[in-house]
Amino acid sequence: MSTTLKPIPGNAVTRFVSDGAVTTWRNMMKIIRVPEILLFSLIQPIMFVLLFTFVFGAAIDIPGDGYTSFLMAGIFAQTVVFGSTYSGSAMAQDLKDGIIDRFRTLPMSGAAVLVGRTNGDLVINTLSMLVMMGTGLLVGWRVNSSPLEFLAGVALLLLFSYAFSWVMAFLGMSVKSPEIINNASFLILFPLTFISNAFVPSENLPTPLRIFAEWNPVSALVQSARELFGNVPPGTIVGDAWPAQNPIATVLIGVAVLLVIFVPLSIRKFATISR
Amino acid sequence: MAFIEAIDLVKTYSPKGSPEVRALDGLNLEVQKGSVTALLGPNGAGKTTTVKALTTLIKPDSGSAFIDGVDVAADPQAIRRMIGASGQYAAVDQNLTGFENLVMVGRLYHLGARVARQRATELIELFDLVESQNRTVKGYSGGMRRRIDLAGALVIRPPVLFLDEPTTGLDPRSRIGLWEVIEQLVTDGTTVLLTTQYLEEADRLADSISVIDNGRVIAKGTADELKASVGGLRVAVTVVDEVQIDAARAILNRFGSGEPAVLNGRTLVVPVSDGPVALAAIVSAAATEGIGLHDAGMRRPTLDDVFLQLTGHAAEIDEAEKESAA
Ligand SMILES: Nc1ncnc2c1ncn2[C@@H]1O[C@H](COP(=O)(O)OP(=O)(O)OP(=O)(O)O)[C@@H](O)[C@H]1O
Ligand SMILES: [Mg+2]
Repeated sequence: MSTTLKPIPGNAVTRFVSDGAVTTWRNMMKIIRVPEILLFSLIQPIMFVLLFTFVFGAAIDIPGDGYTSFLMAGIFAQTVVFGSTYSGSAMAQDLKDGIIDRFRTLPMSGAAVLVGRTNGDLVINTLSMLVMMGTGLLVGWRVNSSPLEFLAGVALLLLFSYAFSWVMAFLGMSVKSPEIINNASFLILFPLTFISNAFVPSENLPTPLRIFAEWNPVSALVQSARELFGNVPPGTIVGDAWPAQNPIATVLIGVAVLLVIFVPLSIRKFATISR
Repeated sequence: MAFIEAIDLVKTYSPKGSPEVRALDGLNLEVQKGSVTALLGPNGAGKTTTVKALTTLIKPDSGSAFIDGVDVAADPQAIRRMIGASGQYAAVDQNLTGFENLVMVGRLYHLGARVARQRATELIELFDLVESQNRTVKGYSGGMRRRIDLAGALVIRPPVLFLDEPTTGLDPRSRIGLWEVIEQLVTDGTTVLLTTQYLEEADRLADSISVIDNGRVIAKGTADELKASVGGLRVAVTVVDEVQIDAARAILNRFGSGEPAVLNGRTLVVPVSDGPVALAAIVSAAATEGIGLHDAGMRRPTLDDVFLQLTGHAAEIDEAEKESAA
């Protein structure tokens, strides 16, 4: 009998790392081969920075460094939250294409597929952050904090988006088609990012919206980034809600809760799905 | 214990808003080491469900399955290390090239990088994809995708191979090419379980055939045994005009030794006890009643007849129906 090819030696950890590397590579290749994905995820934030700066910037009066500096944290948060939805549509597409059935008949780690997928979002989100920062600096954004605080702000945004990618990956495996996940995330994420302090100070919102905005985790993310970038306008009235008072703690708790729930849930889901 | 063994597999699906489907209804299967077993059955018989249960993709509701003594449900990772599988519809990464797809599969079997590339090159040649190996699969034809998917199942030269309708969608040349590949693998000792709706394919490749319908095995044996089980000669007639099919059926009923069956819209087959006499009687009765015949003749039983007899319906696949189901 012709001999079966033997795997190279390894243990659970090295296998997991190597499987994660292969699936991350696969998602990187997708970014390279389908450049539209990256193009749109870069153009959209640039467009938002410019549109908001020049359309609203004149109308909204923000003390201190002005509207652009206020806006940037909001645009960052919105962009990375939307960037995380790729994991949803990509998992749904992979399921439809049957590639998940292929993976599930291989002696690989299922969790590694999800790690590779969420890593893909992280790469896209990091690239969009860099492009947005460049654009922001060009139109007048100023960072008024220490480099360490600045990096902490960036890390917090990416951490939140990473946790959110796991939520989306789970949803992507739970729906029948990639289109559903695209449309649904649009419907949910637009209100979530707009009814917040991302683009306008939430103290000016009508009461029901203001309360929603104060409890909205996106507001906490935006407020954290604003604080860490030194972009909180002087005289900002912070709401009484606990998340509004403790934005960084809220984001960290939120990230932990999302990961604790959705990492095991997604891994369990992956182990049973089939086209 | 046989090399692959399925005992009393039951799998039900309860799609929303429709009645429960028993995709597997107490299916038993034994595949001997180094043999090719074909699962032969019409659309919806449970072939894919059986393959999915054996390749760890779905968990049956009850029953158990073993490959080389390893319990599929208890140790799926051990099963995955020794099988190669190709599902009914190609499962390939559209944004990778054919070559990259195979290297990826090799890496996920944890082959070394060099071995994975070397094996990918071999398989690209074996499946006649050298020219297109560096194009992304997105631009491949259906048959080319299928071949990459089949190649993916062979990456580690697995001792056990599962192929779900491996030749559906292949052109005649690729189909014969694949048959030769499978025959070579079996010569080298690989155990193969394949599903097919092509009786010709089961006849040519399989040492043993399990006919399945409604989620259970309704007959098994070699092609010859199965043919012998349905008895002797047949008379088959094809009417010119489909509206006369019922009149023709009445004639076949009169002179045949069993129930006539419709093979496709215009062809009827009936087992007969005395071939030449029955044929002459049927042809002259058709002439008397003014039924135009395209064709009339005697033949030995084929697997088609086995199918007809056992399932009550023909095994011909309806490509249009398959497409809409996909
Ligand atoms: N995911 C599913 N949800 C609901 N019903 C299903 C599902 N998968 C299979 N079935 C049903 O189970 C039965 C067996 O299906 P299966 O795919 O195993 O048939 P098959 O023999 O492979 O048919 P085909 O020749 O069309 O591929 C069919 O009635 C099918 O409708
Ligand atoms: Mg099938």
